[in-house]
Amino acid sequence: MKPISKLLLLFVFALMLSACASKPEEAATSATGEEAVVQGAAEEGALAGEELGGRPSVMRIHFAFDSSAIDSDNRETLEAHAAYLNANPSINVKLEGHCDERGTREYNLALGERRAQSVSRMLTVLGIDSSRLTDTSYGEEKPLDEGHNEAAWKMNRRVEIIY
Amino acid sequence: MRRNFCVNLISIQKSFDMTNFRKILFTSFVTVLALVSTPAHAIITITITEGGEGGTPIAISPFKWQGSGSVPTDVSGIVTADLRRSGRFAPLTREQMPAEPFKDKDVVFKDWRLVKATALVIGHVTPVKPDQYRVEFRLYDVFRERQLAGYRYTVKADRLRSVAHQISDLVYEKLTGEKGVFGSRIAYVSQERGKDGKRLYRLSIADSDGVNPQTILSSAEPLMSPAWSPDGKQLAYVSFEQKRSMVYLQDLKQGKRVRVAAFRGINSAPAWSPDGARMAVTLSKDGNPEIYIIDIAKKSLQRLTFNRAIDTEPAWSPDGRDLVFTSDRAGGPQIYRKPVAGGQAERLSFEGNYNARPSYSPDGQQITMITRRNGKYNVGVISLADKSMQVLTDTRLDESPSFAPNGQMLLYATERQGRGVLASVSADGRVRHLFTLTEGDIREPAWSPYNP
Repeated sequence: MKPISKLLLLFVFALMLSACASKPEEAATSATGEEAVVQGAAEEGALAGEELGGRPSVMRIHFAFDSSAIDSDNRETLEAHAAYLNANPSINVKLEGHCDERGTREYNLALGERRAQSVSRMLTVLGIDSSRLTDTSYGEEKPLDEGHNEAAWKMNRRVEIIY
Repeated sequence: MRRNFCVNLISIQKSFDMTNFRKILFTSFVTVLALVSTPAHAIITITITEGGEGGTPIAISPFKWQGSGSVPTDVSGIVTADLRRSGRFAPLTREQMPAEPFKDKDVVFKDWRLVKATALVIGHVTPVKPDQYRVEFRLYDVFRERQLAGYRYTVKADRLRSVAHQISDLVYEKLTGEKGVFGSRIAYVSQERGKDGKRLYRLSIADSDGVNPQTILSSAEPLMSPAWSPDGKQLAYVSFEQKRSMVYLQDLKQGKRVRVAAFRGINSAPAWSPDGARMAVTLSKDGNPEIYIIDIAKKSLQRLTFNRAIDTEPAWSPDGRDLVFTSDRAGGPQIYRKPVAGGQAERLSFEGNYNARPSYSPDGQQITMITRRNGKYNVGVISLADKSMQVLTDTRLDESPSFAPNGQMLLYATERQGRGVLASVSADGRVRHLFTLTEGDIREPAWSPYNP
């Protein structure tokens, strides 16, 4: 990184910090200064608003251990994607299934496919023609989080919705 | 330190003239291999458990270097490490040795009986001309006071390691009656981060002690499931280079490769039949993962399993009659066996609710697989005679176990300090070794046939 951009970043952080300082009750609730920065920035900065009729912002569906079942939160996410796809009939979607690292690689490749198919089936139920959906599996080969703990495993059990 | 490795530079695709499975079954490639020098990713071997208690005491007297300067390769050191790793022997340390003979006439057997060595290996390495060395060794039965083996090799420096492994194999065979596997090699997959932070996957082959690694394929997309052909001349593997799983065969000498399965869905889990004529694979082209058998010469496909569950991870019995595989037809993954000619699938695993990735021992009497115990994934062995299971490891995330060609050791992958490492365990579970890379993760070891 060039020194000038480093300076610029520092300046931005300083601005964020001063924004926090004006909200003592928030700073008090967060454990570290860093978190306070993030919260302040979210309060004061631009909100990540969703354009009405635009592409949904949630692009991942997560799963319970050894499961390909879609829970109610995930169903809502998929309903939003189905609405978008119905409004944009020329757009196709790739569904990419992934697993956590536990268990054997080839069996996980099969589980990842089952997760992708589960999402694909739900989108079909929601009215999307199956010819617009392709599913594939990477098993445990492409983790989002390379840690070896519960938090990483939870993050890695997923289907990526790729437009 | 630098070393050479091969990088897959260009793939030129050429379709076979086929009616049915054009492009999806058997597409040949000419892979151009180039030698590129890169920083080393040497494998480091770490002993975890010493096998001293149960191993047979043996003395390997340091081979005398009869040249000037330093010896190019520590031959007797490699022999010592090989024999210790097998779990069958407990080599004496230098401090425990009463003498360091290297000539036949200098051996005093009663001294070696006093330190309880049952066998003695002596030898020397002599330079004969530039880059040409003579290695001589003799193996003795200390109690009967007689020579069991003695050989001389004349080789270039880069073959000295192979000579050492061959000596280990000879000693092992003379003393145990079983063939040694030290001259065989291991294939494995590794993953590291490139300078740009992106993942780089490599398929490599190394000596049985993890030394001398050579990369035969590298890719920005995952590589999986290397499987040796029975003659040791080809590797089958799964590559995601086309953004989904496909099965390839690669000739190791020429680097030429053929894509054998590229159907819709999963193309994976290759396993060669013992005669090398057929290959079992997992394909989900009909909707869910099923096991198929490809006839390599005829380029034909036969479906072996028929149900709505996951069927995958096939492995052949040594006689080529049966396949064992993983299926979740009863809920969770368990091990099943089915005749290649067709018939009923028989369930083989009954202990625990997660048993997967089976493969046979060379004598066909046992099956090793991954079994889950108290949330840990470990290497287990099922005896086919009574279906009883023995768990050989106690680490947390073990994967991909397979028997050595002589059935006396198993290789598997595990995780240590947050990284993927390879490990070997003696068949009785006593002696364990780790193979770790200087950087990156290492996984999916596959043991070659004898002396490929």
